[in-house]
Amino acid sequence: MEFFRIKKDIPFMRHALLFNIISLITFVLAVFFLATRGLHLSVEFTGGTLIEVSYTEAAQLEPIRQALGTEGYPDAQVQNFGSASDVLIRLPNREDLDTNRVSERVMSTLATIDGPTAELRRVEFVGPQVGKELATDGAMALLLVIIGIMLYLAARFEWRFAVSAIVANLHDVIIILGFFAFFQWEFSLPVLAAVLAVLGYSVNESVVVFDRVRETFKKKRSMTTPDVLNHAITSTISRTVITHGSTQMMVLAMLIFGGETLYYFALALTIGILFGIYSSVLVASPLVMWLGVSREQFIKPKKEKEEAVV
Amino acid sequence: MNRYPLWKNILIGLVLLWGLIYTLPNFYGEVPAVQVSSGKATLKLDPASVTDRVAEVLRSAGIEHNGIFSDVSGVRARFASTDIQLRAKDAIERAFNPDPQDPSYVVALNLLSASPAWLTSIHALPMYLGLDLRGGVHFLLQVDMPGALTKRLDSTTGDLRTLMRDKNVRHAGITREGNTIHIRFRDSAQRDAGRSAIQASTTDLQLSDRDDGSDDLKLVATLTAQAQQTMRDFAIKQNITTLHNRINELGVAEPVIQQQGAERIVVQLPGVQDVAKAKDILGRTATLEVRMVDDTPGAVEDAIAGKVPFGTELYTERGGLPLLVKKQVVLTGDRLTDAQPGFDGQTNEAAVHLTLDAAGARIFRDVTRESIGKRMAILLIEKGKGEVVTAPVIRSEIGGGRVQISGRMTTAEANDVALLLRAGSLAAPMEIIEERTVGPSLGAENIAKGFNSTLWGFLAIAVFMCAYYALFGVVSTIALAANLLLLVALLSLLQATLTLPGIAAMALTLGMAIDANVLINERIREELRNGSSPQAAIAAGYDRAFDTILDSNITTLIAGIALLVFGSGPVRGFAVVHCLGILTSMFSAVLVSRMMINLIYGRQRKVEKLAIGQVWKPGNN
Repeated sequence: MEFFRIKKDIPFMRHALLFNIISLITFVLAVFFLATRGLHLSVEFTGGTLIEVSYTEAAQLEPIRQALGTEGYPDAQVQNFGSASDVLIRLPNREDLDTNRVSERVMSTLATIDGPTAELRRVEFVGPQVGKELATDGAMALLLVIIGIMLYLAARFEWRFAVSAIVANLHDVIIILGFFAFFQWEFSLPVLAAVLAVLGYSVNESVVVFDRVRETFKKKRSMTTPDVLNHAITSTISRTVITHGSTQMMVLAMLIFGGETLYYFALALTIGILFGIYSSVLVASPLVMWLGVSREQFIKPKKEKEEAVV
Repeated sequence: MNRYPLWKNILIGLVLLWGLIYTLPNFYGEVPAVQVSSGKATLKLDPASVTDRVAEVLRSAGIEHNGIFSDVSGVRARFASTDIQLRAKDAIERAFNPDPQDPSYVVALNLLSASPAWLTSIHALPMYLGLDLRGGVHFLLQVDMPGALTKRLDSTTGDLRTLMRDKNVRHAGITREGNTIHIRFRDSAQRDAGRSAIQASTTDLQLSDRDDGSDDLKLVATLTAQAQQTMRDFAIKQNITTLHNRINELGVAEPVIQQQGAERIVVQLPGVQDVAKAKDILGRTATLEVRMVDDTPGAVEDAIAGKVPFGTELYTERGGLPLLVKKQVVLTGDRLTDAQPGFDGQTNEAAVHLTLDAAGARIFRDVTRESIGKRMAILLIEKGKGEVVTAPVIRSEIGGGRVQISGRMTTAEANDVALLLRAGSLAAPMEIIEERTVGPSLGAENIAKGFNSTLWGFLAIAVFMCAYYALFGVVSTIALAANLLLLVALLSLLQATLTLPGIAAMALTLGMAIDANVLINERIREELRNGSSPQAAIAAGYDRAFDTILDSNITTLIAGIALLVFGSGPVRGFAVVHCLGILTSMFSAVLVSRMMINLIYGRQRKVEKLAIGQVWKPGNN
C-alpha cells in the first residue's frame, strides 16, 4: 500500500502568502475570543469546590439548586456531567464560607432532598492561593519550553529556524486556547498538559521538515530556496500524514473511550495535531524563507562529517 | 552489511528480558492481607519481633499464610482468600490487643500485590496507582508559619520579661509589634545592660537600637534568619511526625505523607472514603501533661489490687512497672517550646533537653524546689487516654526553663522520648488548602477507560502499520510493543505513581513513538525508490532517519522536562510518563527494530526485494 505518488515537488511556497493571511486571521480571531470571552478555567485554577455525585436514576437539578440556595450557596452551579444521572456541583470560594466542611455540608443537604440518595463520586476543593500558583507555574512551564526549544534549534540549525518554529508553534497554542475560549470548554490541568505537549509535538513536526531542508541544501546545489523548501516538504509529506494519522488514531481512542476526564485533553490534542501539520508546512517554512535562509548557512566545513554517513 | 555484533544483540535481548521481568508484577493483581501497625504514639513497633509474633499466632490458630512482610510502618501477612483473611484478622486482633478497650496495635484489612516472592525480592513491584485510579482522599495542608512565628515571638516576649527581672534590668515595658519585640528603656545605661543580658542568654535574636525621643529609648529585637529557618524546618518536621502517628491509627494501607515546598504537606490516604473522620483525625490535638508520681509506700500495691487511692490514676511505665500518678496537673504541653535529644554535659549519658517558656519555667522551678528526690511523670494525653512517656527522678531545683531528663537511656531511647514529647501536638496549626476525594467505583472506571483507550489506539496503529508497511510494519509494531513493555517496567521500577493523565501520556507517547518507525520506513522506501539496493536502503534508512529522530525527540523532551519541573499533580503525572516514554521509544524504535530487521535480512547474501509494502518508482509508469 502506498498513499503518495508525487512526481514533482508540490509548490507550497507559491501560495505561502495566502496561507499566512489565513493563519493570521485565525490567530487574530483566537486572540479576540481569548480577550473577550476568556478561558473557562477549572476549579484547579480558580479555587473553589467541585462535587460530583451519582444517582441511580435521572437526577432532578432544580430541587438540588433550591436546596443548596437555602443552605447558603446561592451561587452554586449545578449541571449534568456525562450522563443524566451524574451531577456536577461547583461552588466558588468565598470569604465567609468554612471551606473545610463544604463537601460534608453539601452531601448532607443533598440527603434532605426527596427521591433517590446521591452517591459521592469525587470531591475537589482547591484554595484560592493554590489556584493562583498553578496558573503562574503553567505560565513558567510555557516560557521554559519556548526558551529551551529555541536554544536547541538555534544550536542545531540556525536562529532563523528557531524563530520560525516558535512563531509557528505558539500560533498553534494560541489557536487551541482560542477554541477553548470560543466554545467555553473547561480548561483544566490535563488540558494544560496537553497544550504543552502539543508545543513539543508540533515543534517535532517542524524539525522533521527543517532537517530535510538542511539536507537538501547540502545535497542539491542548484535549487533556489523556495524549491528546497518545496522539495523538503514534499518528500516528508507521506511521513507527516502517516505519523499524524497514527497519533490521531490514539487520540481518537482517548476521545471515544477515555470518558469525561480525558475528553478535553484529547480534544486539545486533536486541534493541536491538525494545526501542527498546517503550521509546520505552511507557517514555519515560509517564515524561514522570508527570514532569508540560504545555502551558505549550511555548507560550513565542520558539518562535513554528517555527509559521510552515506 | 546489516548485522549487529553478537554482544549488541545479547544486550538488547537482556534489556527486553529485564523489561519483561519488571512489568510482570503488574499482571498479578492483589491478594487480601492483614496489616499490623502501632496504635499508640508511645509504642514503637519492632518489625522483626512483630513478624515472629504474627507467624506464631497464625501457626497456633492453624491459619495458612502466603508470606509475612515487614517495613517501618508495619507488618503485613498475605492470605489466599478473604475468608482466611477475616479469620486471621480476628486471631491476630485477639493476640495483639488483649484489652479491646485499650488497643495497642491497629490490625487492619488490606490488599497486597500477589506477585510471587522472587519478584518482590528483586524489587520488582507493581506500579503505584494514583488516587484517581484506586479511590481515596488527598489533602494538601498548609502549615501556618506566620502563626507559628507569632507564637514563638509571644513566648520570647515572656522569656525576655523574666530575663530582665532576673538580671535586675529596669525597663519600661516589653511588647510584640508585628514580627519584632520592642523593649523600652528610660536611660541608655539600662539599655546596654539589657542588651548584654539578652546576648548572653540567646543567639536567636538580632538587636538594634531605636531612639524615638530623649526619654524613649528602645531595643528592637527580631528573630535571626537562621532562627526563623530552624523554626520552619522544625515545625514542618514535627507536623509530619504527628500526622504519621495519627494516620497510623486509621490503618490505611499505604499512606503518603510528604513535604511539598517550604510549608506544605501532602497527605494521601488510598481507599479511605470517610473524609469527615480523616479530617477529624488529622486535626485532632494531643496534649502533654506533667504530673507528680504518688510514691506513698504500699499505695501502688493497693492500686494493683483494685483500690486506687483518691486523686490518683494507675499507669504502666515504659518497661512494664506500674506507676501511680496524681490527677493534679502541674504543667501542660503548651508550656513546652522544644524537646531535643542530646547528651548530659557531665556524665556524657544520653539525655533529652526540654525548653519551657517563661511561665512554665517559673512553675517548674517552684515544683522542683519542693520535690527533690521525688518522681515526676510526663504523660501524653490522646483521645482522652494518657500514656507515660517518661518518669524521671528530680535531683535538684531546676530554674531557667531548661530541663534535662537523663539516666538509663540509650541514644535511640532519647531520640524516641524527644520525638514523643514533640509529637504530642502540632508545632504550628495547619489548614487544608486542597482536598480531593475519589470514589472507588470512579477509580475502577478510570482504569478501564484509560486501558481501553490505550488498547484500541494501539490496535488501530498496529493494523495500519502491518497493512501499510507489510513485514516492516510488523517489526514496527513489535518495536512499539517493546516500547510499552519498557515504559511500564521503568515506571514500576521507579515506583512512579500512575494516574489517569499518566495513562493518557502513555497512549499519546505510543502514538508519537510510531513516528520514529514511520520516519525509518519512509526513508527506506525513498532509498529504494532512488534505486539503492535493498541492503543499502536498510542501512541508509536507519542511519539517515536517526538524526531526525534525535532532533525531534529532544525538542519533545524539552517540553516534557519543563512540565516535570513546573507541573504539579496531574501535570507531573503526565510529564513523568511522557519523558520516560520518549527515552524508551528512541531505544525501541532504533535498536529493537533494527535488530529484528538485521536478523531477518542481514544473514542473506543477496536480497531481491524488501517486504516493506509497495514501492512506486517514478520510472515505472
